[in-house]
Amino acid sequence: MENIFKRFGAARRFDRRARTEAAGSATPWRETVFVTCPKCERRAARQNWAESLYVCPNCGHYQTIGGYYRLSLIFDHGSFRELNERITAADLLHFPGYSEKLLIQKRKTGLSEAVVTATGRIDGMPVVAAVLDSRFFMGSMGTGVGEKVTLAVEYAAAKKLPLIIFSASGGARMQEGIFSLMQMAKTSAAIAKFSAGGGLFISYLTHPTTGGVTASFASLGDITLAEPGALIGFAGPRVIEQTIGQKLPDGFQRSEFLEEHGFVDQIVPRSEMRATLSKLLRLHTTAGRRHA
Amino acid sequence: MIIKDVLQQVESIDARLCELKGDRTAGALAEVSRLQRRRAELLAGCIRLKAEDKVFLARHPRRPKIDDYIAALFTNFFEQRGDRQCKEDASILGGIALYKGQPVTVIGHRKGSDLAGNMKYNFGMPGPEGYRKALRLMKQADKFGRPIITFIDTPGAYPGMEAEERGQGEAIARNLAEMSQLTVPVIAVVTGEGSSGGALALGVANHILMLENAVYSVLSPEGFASILWKDASRSGEACEIMKLTAQDLLKFGVAEEVVPEPLGGAQLDPNALFASLDAALEKNLTALRRMNGAALQAQRYKKFRQIGQ
Ligand SMILES: [Zn+2]
Repeated sequence: MENIFKRFGAARRFDRRARTEAAGSATPWRETVFVTCPKCERRAARQNWAESLYVCPNCGHYQTIGGYYRLSLIFDHGSFRELNERITAADLLHFPGYSEKLLIQKRKTGLSEAVVTATGRIDGMPVVAAVLDSRFFMGSMGTGVGEKVTLAVEYAAAKKLPLIIFSASGGARMQEGIFSLMQMAKTSAAIAKFSAGGGLFISYLTHPTTGGVTASFASLGDITLAEPGALIGFAGPRVIEQTIGQKLPDGFQRSEFLEEHGFVDQIVPRSEMRATLSKLLRLHTTAGRRHA
Repeated sequence: MIIKDVLQQVESIDARLCELKGDRTAGALAEVSRLQRRRAELLAGCIRLKAEDKVFLARHPRRPKIDDYIAALFTNFFEQRGDRQCKEDASILGGIALYKGQPVTVIGHRKGSDLAGNMKYNFGMPGPEGYRKALRLMKQADKFGRPIITFIDTPGAYPGMEAEERGQGEAIARNLAEMSQLTVPVIAVVTGEGSSGGALALGVANHILMLENAVYSVLSPEGFASILWKDASRSGEACEIMKLTAQDLLKFGVAEEVVPEPLGGAQLDPNALFASLDAALEKNLTALRRMNGAALQAQRYKKFRQIGQ
């Protein structure tokens, strides 16, 4: 009985959280009636933004959305259950100023780390999903993110569930030094093991996915999807420009560029995200059941 | 930083000692013994080096490179080129060789010893083709049951347009995943500077050995300083807080062993380094050879799994 109440409470908390954080930072979307697009700078009613899932009604610009909100878009209502909510970053190097910065990030976003991991159902089909949230330390991967992602992968392996990871990351979290770098190996090894066991991993790339996340789990999907216009690459555009001494062409390292060069299966608009995932899950109902 | 100054003085002493060689006069002999004492004193001051000094040594132009290690520690080396998909990337050298009479696969970043060599090997900064060649060789080693020994020495993966077009991130990710599944012993030796994913792509090993003055970090100290403080000139400061020395990594449990170098760095007496590396390699390889494929996979998984747990 107590368990039911707890679950009910958690579901309500999730709904509220998804609603309030819908896009951008945690709050502004609730208050304002009109919201200005950061790309075309035209205004649109908040209601219109919400209806288009925070893709600009005027120019089609993809607004960053929060992790809980994204999960609310793909999960069946009431099926969300968060995994390892309390795991957070560790200041293993005693890096000057890092603990304070973490506190500020936590207060600003209401998140405990740059990734939310959960189980839920999509059209009745149970999955494990992780969403990297670029509002928290630019979605960078330190030990907290690495550990949560690895635990989610291991949970999916143990329960024989499909795995979906939405990536958005500036790369490794510098303040955790070598520990951050090693999370690339840790998460990749977890995916490799999961994959060897026949598990389905759908990697969903969103803006921006760069550095150590691109060079680890995000590039290891059985199926790789991307949101339109997302920046996806290993080296950041600025670093490349400095190295080669010239400006990069328009569209370089964008989703469409990656699709053209063979690194993305399909670019999927946000409006079709849930239907596409549902279809893919339906197409993999025999996953994990290999021919003997 | 003290090491630059010390090495300059040692160099001029060595030059003078060379001139005095064969001179049997009393004055010359006295000078020789005075210089040798001074040289030993200078090097004794290098017992405790700062991280910045170690970065300097790790990048020293005369520090032994992969070709030197192959010549000193292995026989019958047969180089294998190309990724079978696109091209040959000379910034990674790999092939089959004998170690103590047993076949092994050797792979490592390659740097030149002069500008021409560095241009040819792209300063040890591989593109995706280099990582894909490395993976091809590793999978072959797995097939034939050969242990794999990698030598890590790179400022990072090359940040260029073609590298991005051909999937630099995907190539590194693939190596991390596939290396974790190998069923043969894998030993990674960080010999110089190990920077970022470009180093790790050869580094998912059962045991990681670090040369005493080698460094291993999430990014080069210059890159780190420019990201964090928008000022690459503060790299000296970055070296200290990044905790990137062999001794740090041993303490963190990332590295299994630190391989001693001669005082003042490997470049002063490469043979002394080769001897201590040889001993460490033999010991680690013998231990890993006793494990079967599944145990090697499990040990490697656990090693990385517990970092930052
Ligand atoms: Zn717009």
